[in-house]
Amino acid sequence: MKHLLSTADLDAATAIEILDTAAEMASVSGREIKKLPTLRGRTVVNLFYEDSTRTRISFEAAAKRLSADVINFSAKGSSVEKGESLKDTAWTLQAMGADAVVIRHPASGAPHRLANWVTGSVLNAGDGTHEHPTQALLDAYTMRSRMGRLDGLHVAIVGDVLHSRVARSNVLLLNTLGAKVTLVGPPTLIPTDLNTSVQLNYDLDAVLPQADVVMMLRVQRERMTDSYFPSAREYSRRYGLDGARLRRMPSHAIVMHPGPMNRGMEITPEVADSPRSTIVEQVTNGVSVRMACLYLLLGGAR
Amino acid sequence: MARPTTDESSAPAQQPAAPAPTKIVLSAADVSRVVDRIAHQILEKTSGAADVVLLGIATRGVPIAHRLAERIRAFEGRDIPVGTLDITLYRDDLRSSSVRAVGRTEEPAGGVDGRKVVLVDDVLFSGRTIRAALDALSDLGRPAAVQLAVLVDRGHRQLPIRADYVGKNIPTALSEQVKVKLTEIDGADEVVLINAGKGDAR
Repeated sequence: MKHLLSTADLDAATAIEILDTAAEMASVSGREIKKLPTLRGRTVVNLFYEDSTRTRISFEAAAKRLSADVINFSAKGSSVEKGESLKDTAWTLQAMGADAVVIRHPASGAPHRLANWVTGSVLNAGDGTHEHPTQALLDAYTMRSRMGRLDGLHVAIVGDVLHSRVARSNVLLLNTLGAKVTLVGPPTLIPTDLNTSVQLNYDLDAVLPQADVVMMLRVQRERMTDSYFPSAREYSRRYGLDGARLRRMPSHAIVMHPGPMNRGMEITPEVADSPRSTIVEQVTNGVSVRMACLYLLLGGAR
Repeated sequence: MARPTTDESSAPAQQPAAPAPTKIVLSAADVSRVVDRIAHQILEKTSGAADVVLLGIATRGVPIAHRLAERIRAFEGRDIPVGTLDITLYRDDLRSSSVRAVGRTEEPAGGVDGRKVVLVDDVLFSGRTIRAALDALSDLGRPAAVQLAVLVDRGHRQLPIRADYVGKNIPTALSEQVKVKLTEIDGADEVVLINAGKGDAR
């Protein structure tokens, strides 16, 4: 594995290897000394063209726990504001000897372009409405540790699937790992060009009683160029997860959310803060999963 | 400190010139006797193994550590905690091969702080594995003392490291390989010396 650009590139064995490695990394995070010497002398650049707290901090913590040097680059306050192109920025990073570039970009496909320009590894930390592979991996890790398995699990992904790179990466990865996925949302927010073996359903209440995992997505107002639903209140009534709906789920089922949440819109505080919600766990697991990805990409001979 | 304890029974015979490329150095019965002896030595040297924990270095140090604990239980009725140490993430040669799978590390029950930790491995060679294990151990906690037990010491140290308990000293050429086989992993107990001719040593 040279880059991590899409979960479509991962076969089941590789994905399981990442999850197993992450489990070992998680034991490091539980120790008093949360540090490994493994990537000493390697440089990891966080190249963020879009706002992010969770993902950037998570990658930074992961790289630091493996003793890599971390350079944070955000487009705000950089030469990008003076008009520098992605390619020129890539060459700058190349010249500084970056072993890995973690990139978040508003344009779908930007990490793929970058991978052709730099000699180091490229990790996609979210590109436009395309993919967010490490989020899907940490979601799979969280499901596996809570439910004990992935094969045969029924996962409902609910909300703004159309604009969600998290949903796209999850659908691809969960298919590879043998889980069954149902996409739920208003017809305007469910893509029609899906060719994988996913189910579609426009009625959340019909899906809830059969789901092992309910993954709520944020409504991505910033990517919406049209009006996709009449009002926030109507969306919330039909597709928001509240306490009453939570109680209609099977007793073992869990609620996930990739964050950031819009409390009161797609999820109520009662659900978000319930013991069946894995939202905080997902953040913790994110560091372990990203440590595993960095180790597997950078840990061997170049 | 005296030389590491050796097995006095069989002085290594002079290698014959050409024939068998592999030679059995320890049979199954020998391995079992050697483990018994090391268990006795640990009990003797640590005055009854009161604060001792055993930490097996993956892969083959782990079953040896469990056998030592089992023998100590049989001899003195004392239960010794056993842990597993995977040193992959602490290796100094990570960059010289493709990425290595990370194995399991399990702290012994009660941790390592303030205990006498006996590291257990199958073959002591360059000493680099033990260097990595010491680094890994210091990230797990602060033992009162660290000792090293190995089934085979084949020489050719590259670091100032010495074992406290040695099953058998086997003088080797760098071109030779020492292969430890254990029932738990390989289906049978045996230590063989493989004459690989020129090329990589273990």
